Amino acid sequence: MKVTLWGTRGSLPSAGPDTVRYGGNTSCVEVRSENRTLLVLDAGTGIRRLNGTIESDIKRVYVLLTHLHMDHIQGFAFFEPLLRENVQVHVYGPPSTTHDLRTRLTKYLSPPLFPVRLRDLPAQVTLHDVPLGKFDVDGFQVECDLVTHPGPTVGYRISERGSSLVYLPDHEPALGAMRFPVSAQWTSGYDLAANADLLIHDTQYTLPEYAERAGWGHSAIQHAIAFAKLARVKRLVTFHYDPGHSDDFIDGVVRDVAGNSRLPYELTPGQEGMTFHLR
Amino acid sequence: MTQRDIEIILMRQLASYLVVPIFVVDTKGTLLFYNEPAEALIGRQFDEAGEMQEADWTTVFKPRDEHDAPLPLDSQPLVIALRRQVPAYRRVRITGLDGVARSLEVVAFPLQGQGNRMLGAAAMFWETDHK
Repeated sequence: MKVTLWGTRGSLPSAGPDTVRYGGNTSCVEVRSENRTLLVLDAGTGIRRLNGTIESDIKRVYVLLTHLHMDHIQGFAFFEPLLRENVQVHVYGPPSTTHDLRTRLTKYLSPPLFPVRLRDLPAQVTLHDVPLGKFDVDGFQVECDLVTHPGPTVGYRISERGSSLVYLPDHEPALGAMRFPVSAQWTSGYDLAANADLLIHDTQYTLPEYAERAGWGHSAIQHAIAFAKLARVKRLVTFHYDPGHSDDFIDGVVRDVAGNSRLPYELTPGQEGMTFHLR
Repeated sequence: MTQRDIEIILMRQLASYLVVPIFVVDTKGTLLFYNEPAEALIGRQFDEAGEMQEADWTTVFKPRDEHDAPLPLDSQPLVIALRRQVPAYRRVRITGLDGVARSLEVVAFPLQGQGNRMLGAAAMFWETDHK
């Protein structure tokens, strides 16, 4: 399995000289299986850079949305395969308690917010209310579960031939916890993340920032560090950076937390364009 | 160890911050959690008592109706919410693990989550005779 980060920023695209290394595009991760199946995790603005890597003869692609906040769907209509008549695009995402994925997604992909309607795109688009639990996607085993974040939000565990990637870009497992982490049984996302080879996790805030924004659906980097330890992952990739955090600021935050604790896993600050090979 | 459903986790976290006593049970009726205010009614800390099977919590508190007659299982609000998946209310009398009898009002409701998954039920209690 090959995993490439095309958008690591949270909340708002943040292009500029201060965000060149970690990247300013919002959430988008490319996952390729050994047989070249393309699975796209979230459709933030990073999806535009992913476009340049997609084969001209690809017949089928899968887009797995964790939720429908704008930073995770803003790039969707710019996903190049949607413009090809002979491509099947299967989109999975969470329904709400009252609306299916199509109803929810087309609120954005329609006027006045967007000029082109989903039904007017040339590709064969199929929308799936993502099932909670396990399902197969062209050689990948996908596991999906609800996680703590405002509105219906899921996380994904993608497995292939014994390797596992867990994607929790917007996740607040510390919400309401008197202390964190508590036991695994009472921790959001634990079952998905347990023993993963690679965990991509929300690290939007510092602890003082989190104290002012508890309930907004994100983690302080210290929460992600503790969560990864609880879940016994092999590598943690930091992700979904606050739009106000510059490259230098993120360097400093990571240096502080990495220096203050001995971690039982590898800590990798996620940067746009970074690739991981899982075997 | 299997993680609880997210709605159950959030229900516990909410309960932890409220002053009203709350029980949270899963679909099998296992009492997964009660908050600190409920500890005063039950007469034992949750950390000490731990999870409790339905057969235990429906009998150990000796639930009775307003006239002190034993309350059948299918008349207990939390059992109604769990089994019939509808909200339920009634006045009850219980005897806590500390041996103290208490009169309570109980409101129970099913916990039905995303995708109409039945996850359990919750009950809220109001003590009506503070002594």
